[in-house]
Amino acid sequence: MAEIMDGGGGGHGKHQKKRAKKHSSRVDMTPMVDLGFLLLTFFVLTTQFSKPKTMEINMPVIPKDTTNRMKIEDETALTLLLTEKKEKIYYYYGKFKPDASIMKNTDYSKEGVRKVFRDRNKDVIEQVKTLKEKLMNRQIPDTTYKRLAMAAKGDKKAVFVIVKADDKAKYKNIIDVIDELNVADIGKYALVDISPAEKEMLKVMGVIQ
Amino acid sequence: MGKIKIPKSAPSLDMTPMVDLAFLLVTFFMLTAKFRVNEAVPILPPSSHSEKILPENTLQVTIDTAGRAFFSLDGQEVRRKLLAEMGDKYKIKFTEVDAKRFSVMSEFGVPMAQLAEYIKGGEKERGVLDKTSTGIPIDSVNNQLGDWIAFGWNEKQIDQQTKKMPKESWCRIAIKADGQTNYKAVKRVIQIFQDRNLNSFNLITEMETEATK
Repeated sequence: MAEIMDGGGGGHGKHQKKRAKKHSSRVDMTPMVDLGFLLLTFFVLTTQFSKPKTMEINMPVIPKDTTNRMKIEDETALTLLLTEKKEKIYYYYGKFKPDASIMKNTDYSKEGVRKVFRDRNKDVIEQVKTLKEKLMNRQIPDTTYKRLAMAAKGDKKAVFVIVKADDKAKYKNIIDVIDELNVADIGKYALVDISPAEKEMLKVMGVIQ
Repeated sequence: MGKIKIPKSAPSLDMTPMVDLAFLLVTFFMLTAKFRVNEAVPILPPSSHSEKILPENTLQVTIDTAGRAFFSLDGQEVRRKLLAEMGDKYKIKFTEVDAKRFSVMSEFGVPMAQLAEYIKGGEKERGVLDKTSTGIPIDSVNNQLGDWIAFGWNEKQIDQQTKKMPKESWCRIAIKADGQTNYKAVKRVIQIFQDRNLNSFNLITEMETEATK
């Protein structure tokens, strides 16, 4: 420690000079330490650790003329209907028919909607998986991976998911579905309003009032 | 034989390493700290598996469970100009002091008529207004949020171009909504953005923890 030992080795003889009183050169650090810990506590408590995460979503540009609309192949379409019922997702494949038998339902769990997406999007998931392995083994560079993965997701035969949410559906449910879409490597999806015919059918089925 | 001498010394510990460590931590936290911004309303964003981190530079619209909209924008200079433009449009005079206070404010959710009061208010007054206000009007008759977005976005673009900022760090649109917010409100806000030809959003979520599922 920074302490100067001032012990023996003084002058000899009777006429010693008067020495200054021995002061320890040790500084009392307690206040400094107090302050240090106070600041530490302050910063620890105010720091934001978990930065918010984000999901990027691109909505289509609203077309000026409606003649040039994108057409979705019926066989690739999967329409999800989200309602105020928090546990159930209603969905159907292909084109809408005013017939309650086309409507299936599932839930938001891993075995529910994720499985539906998985089954429907098997090919793309496989492709992306092999691409990822190649990337891990350094067979392809990062940019190529991104390009190929995008291409696989945007494939013509890949499933196109249409998410139709009722006004009373909760935001959480929509985010959950978009999240599952990302997990299942589905690159083609759209957020659309629920149509009157579909609403009517849900009413008949007793899902909404 | 002499007695064994017990060295006289104060029973003090050597605190230096501890102090060193404490100050090291202080320095670390001081340098890395990004303070939590004051939130006008408590929002519990839904969880997701996404690992993307929210960009720093955002124009953010927050929607609470009641469907009220709140607005915030990064950049003090831009906020000053934005306030002046909004004041012009809604015929409300803001003083220089107001502009200064507005430029450092966090998100707010009051209609233009109450904005001056909100800016002048202290923490307590603002808290009351945050609780009682109707949020920024978003209906098509009185679409104030649309104006905030349009002017704010426009000023931001000009600012970014003059500062020659790299494209990656340009302002992004963030939408933060509570998980229990009705989709109707979120849809309306997205529509307001799309009406102004803004089609790319960042939806703010929280990290998924298995416990929440």
